[in-house]
Amino acid sequence: MSDFWIILTGSLVAISCGILGCFLILRKMALVGDAISHSVLPGIAIAFLIGGSRDSMLMLIGAAVLGLITVFLIQLLQNGGLQSDASIGIVFTALFAIGVIIISRNASQIDLDLDCVLFGEIAYVQWNTLIINGYDMGPAAVWMLGITLFIILVVISLFYKQFKICAFDPALAAALGIPVMLFHYLLMGLVSLSTVASFESVGAILVVGMLIVPAATAYLLTDRLGMMIVYSSLIGILSAVGGYYSAKWIDASIAGAMISVAGIIFALVFILSPRHGLLARFSKRRRLKSVVVDS
Amino acid sequence: MWNTVLNFMLDPNMLWILMGSLLLGLGSGVIGAFTFLRKQSLLGDTLAHAALPGICIAFMLTEIKSMGLFMLGAIVSGVIATLGIHIITKFSRIKQDAALGIVLTVFFGIGVVLMTKIQHSGSGNQSGLDKYMFGQAASMMLSDVYLMAGISLVLIIVCTLLFKEFKLISFDPAFARGLGFKVALLEQLLLLFTVVAVVIGIQAVGVVLVAALLITPAVAARYWSETLGIMVVLAGVFGALSGMVGTMISSSVTNLPTGPVTVLSATALFTFSFLFAPAKGLVFKWMRQANHRYALKRQLEVEPIVSTKSTVERGEL
Repeated sequence: MSDFWIILTGSLVAISCGILGCFLILRKMALVGDAISHSVLPGIAIAFLIGGSRDSMLMLIGAAVLGLITVFLIQLLQNGGLQSDASIGIVFTALFAIGVIIISRNASQIDLDLDCVLFGEIAYVQWNTLIINGYDMGPAAVWMLGITLFIILVVISLFYKQFKICAFDPALAAALGIPVMLFHYLLMGLVSLSTVASFESVGAILVVGMLIVPAATAYLLTDRLGMMIVYSSLIGILSAVGGYYSAKWIDASIAGAMISVAGIIFALVFILSPRHGLLARFSKRRRLKSVVVDS
Repeated sequence: MWNTVLNFMLDPNMLWILMGSLLLGLGSGVIGAFTFLRKQSLLGDTLAHAALPGICIAFMLTEIKSMGLFMLGAIVSGVIATLGIHIITKFSRIKQDAALGIVLTVFFGIGVVLMTKIQHSGSGNQSGLDKYMFGQAASMMLSDVYLMAGISLVLIIVCTLLFKEFKLISFDPAFARGLGFKVALLEQLLLLFTVVAVVIGIQAVGVVLVAALLITPAVAARYWSETLGIMVVLAGVFGALSGMVGTMISSSVTNLPTGPVTVLSATALFTFSFLFAPAKGLVFKWMRQANHRYALKRQLEVEPIVSTKSTVERGEL
């Protein structure tokens, strides 16, 4: 049974992140997920200080608030004329530093393992179950991630057209009267939601990896946004399944193995993709060269 | 406060650590200025994470825990990471940000797999890998501090000597190529320096925060000057200042790690520059806008009235 729950959790993370990742890649903001997953740390620490225990709900709220503050600060610096990557870097390191200070100043009260927040431990997913009226409803993480995925699916399918135009041509979107900033914040809100919902169960590294790697792989396989989302989710699930079994085989971190498998898939697609792959590029170049020589 | 300073002056160990963080801040500030101008601000973050597999492999191969060996492994995997970024952005339509993200997560994922392998084999706990990951300058061994200070010094000197070349490739690589400079070589050299700066930064402030040593002082300096030379020097000074302040505060207060304090000192410098720098700061921008608005309003509303009034008084209307 543990196999099933871990793979299900991994796949839920993979699909949520796979969908959002496509939009992040297209908007050239791939590293925003990385920033958010680190900068929620002070929110978690403060929630821990207030609640005094590992209360999931309070932590979730704390992390969500910090996620929104991160997005807001990045936008503020960008409006002040700073490049987007520099503003991301300044904001997340500062917030993470505050988080580390809060935790180490109150080390006796906060029973929070820094390693665990960053690397996560998906192997423990099945032990933390949700119990309602005495019935065991299955792992809490699966419920949390399932609800997150549902929200993402609803929001994206309701506003698919708007998100699409904003991703490819924000200027056109603004000219058509679409509130670009609103959709930007909505997308960032969804990214924070999925980061926050999964950080405790699977760790930041898996979320960040799943946001970027499968979506970038899908970007090399197709030119259509709809297909890109489908491919990205499928590649994410494939990495989750493959990663789980290879982690079992070599006895190592599951989250790390899932990302490594995603990396291997990316490398294969990078070389072999029929239209945008390395081999296709080279053979096209050779063909062009021979055409030039012939003529 | 002065007591703390005095303690530093009297304790040769602490003086060395202070010196080390100062030089580290100076070196990474200078390198960061160039990476910021080349629009690769998050390169530091990627390289810091990409160092992990190199460190693990160095430990697995030799079973020795030595800072020099770890650094060598980290530098090798950092160089491979920069190559990976270069290949991805050059041979596909994937943009720089996504390429940085892919290399960051995949390398780190592989590193985590290797690290759990080491821990499961039972020798990980004494290897001090975790310490390397999260950094703690105040508890570094003196030999590590010498190494850190020495390498930072070399970085600073070489950057000074190659200042003109780096300036060219930061602003106009095509022009540099036209002048006959070996641009690819210079770019690789700058990348190598970035890798080295990141790797020595990791042990002082940890993997996550090392990015800030490169970015924050450089961006803060950008607000004060339009001249590259002044900006690079300022970035170095800001970096050195935050390294010094961070080490001093964290060693005089209990339970306060060095890295975060250093980073927050740099952030404070940045916030001050962002708000109050002349010409580019937010406050002065607002003041200038308000002035313009006032002047325009005066021109449109007050002056016509005044001039009409004077014509009326002169009896011309």
